[in-house]
Amino acid sequence: MNAALEISTGEAVLFWVLAPLMVAGALSLLFAKRPVHIAVSIAGVMIGLAVMYIMLEAPFLGVAQIVVYTGAVMMLFLFVIMLAGVDSSESLVETIKGQRGIAVVGLLGLLILVITVLTRASLPPAVGLAQANADTNPVGVARLIFGDYIFAFELTAALLITAALGALVLSHRRRLSPKVGQAELAEAKLAAYGKGGSAEGVTPPAGPGVYARHNSADMPALDAAGNPIDDSVVTVLRVRGQEAETADLDADRVARIATGAPMVPELDGAERADRAELDEQAETTKENEE
Amino acid sequence: MSLVNYLVLSGILFSIGSIAVLTRRNAIIAFMGVELMLNAANLTLVTFGRLHGDLHGQVIAFFVMVVAAAEVVIGLAIIVSIFRTRGSASIDDANLLKS
Repeated sequence: MNAALEISTGEAVLFWVLAPLMVAGALSLLFAKRPVHIAVSIAGVMIGLAVMYIMLEAPFLGVAQIVVYTGAVMMLFLFVIMLAGVDSSESLVETIKGQRGIAVVGLLGLLILVITVLTRASLPPAVGLAQANADTNPVGVARLIFGDYIFAFELTAALLITAALGALVLSHRRRLSPKVGQAELAEAKLAAYGKGGSAEGVTPPAGPGVYARHNSADMPALDAAGNPIDDSVVTVLRVRGQEAETADLDADRVARIATGAPMVPELDGAERADRAELDEQAETTKENEE
Repeated sequence: MSLVNYLVLSGILFSIGSIAVLTRRNAIIAFMGVELMLNAANLTLVTFGRLHGDLHGQVIAFFVMVVAAAEVVIGLAIIVSIFRTRGSASIDDANLLKS
């Protein structure tokens, strides 16, 4: 038998730093309102537990705890909270009268009982895992898992496959109506239009932007009468009030567009001569090649 | 400090988890309480393993972790499918067998 385990001061300090943090995180289960806050707090508790496992000479379990709980389980919880209950308000109506009070009193009693038993029990002197972890902790754990517990280990393989299949079956939803694709949607719109419905949906909605220099997404399109079409601007910009007004445009430019004059600047005399010369040169080279 | 401190901490976490299961009405929060209880039990197993100088406690904690992961997957799938059909994640609303 080894000498009694000595717990270092460092471990004690780490314990007293971690333990209150973990209890505070766990208390969010009782007092926090939003499920997301609770899930993140519990993820913190799981990380604290992982550190404690490593303190307790179980580094393999500590790493597995981080991978399985904070990495997979709590993220799955967050995923489901986003799917199902992110804004669900909790009803405070008690289905069984006085159930809350009884639960709290009963479990506080359990807590006091557990603490009393633990502190008054005469436990054997702590041995520590220095001998068991002689070939590093993962090797020691692996010898047990693949030795004494090999049957249980194989059963967990079957359990995990069953759980994965079960999750697939439970979350599978049978389609009650045929799937509406792009082609079916277009046919339905045209059929509605043919029966005297509105042309909306048959013609594409106007895109944003009016003029060559102002085709940005915040500029509403203009209809035939010259009024801006609000729907042509992205909803987000409209909600934020970031949509541009026709008045924001250069007034001269608007007037010029209204006259129907070409928007490409006119060439002056010298430039026109240059252009003609270039054209001639191009023609002669082409003839020479032929 | 002795290893009993870890056991007391695990008792506190277990009690908080079970109070959450019994008092919270949101299925997801109650389920997180179950997870906390499982983890408290794991902490006890690992602490007693160190107390006795034996790795069996860690191995059992490992198996608890595996089973808990499988249970979370199934439990959350059930919560999601109930939410889809009944539009609520509250435990009290799932009384189809009663009414």
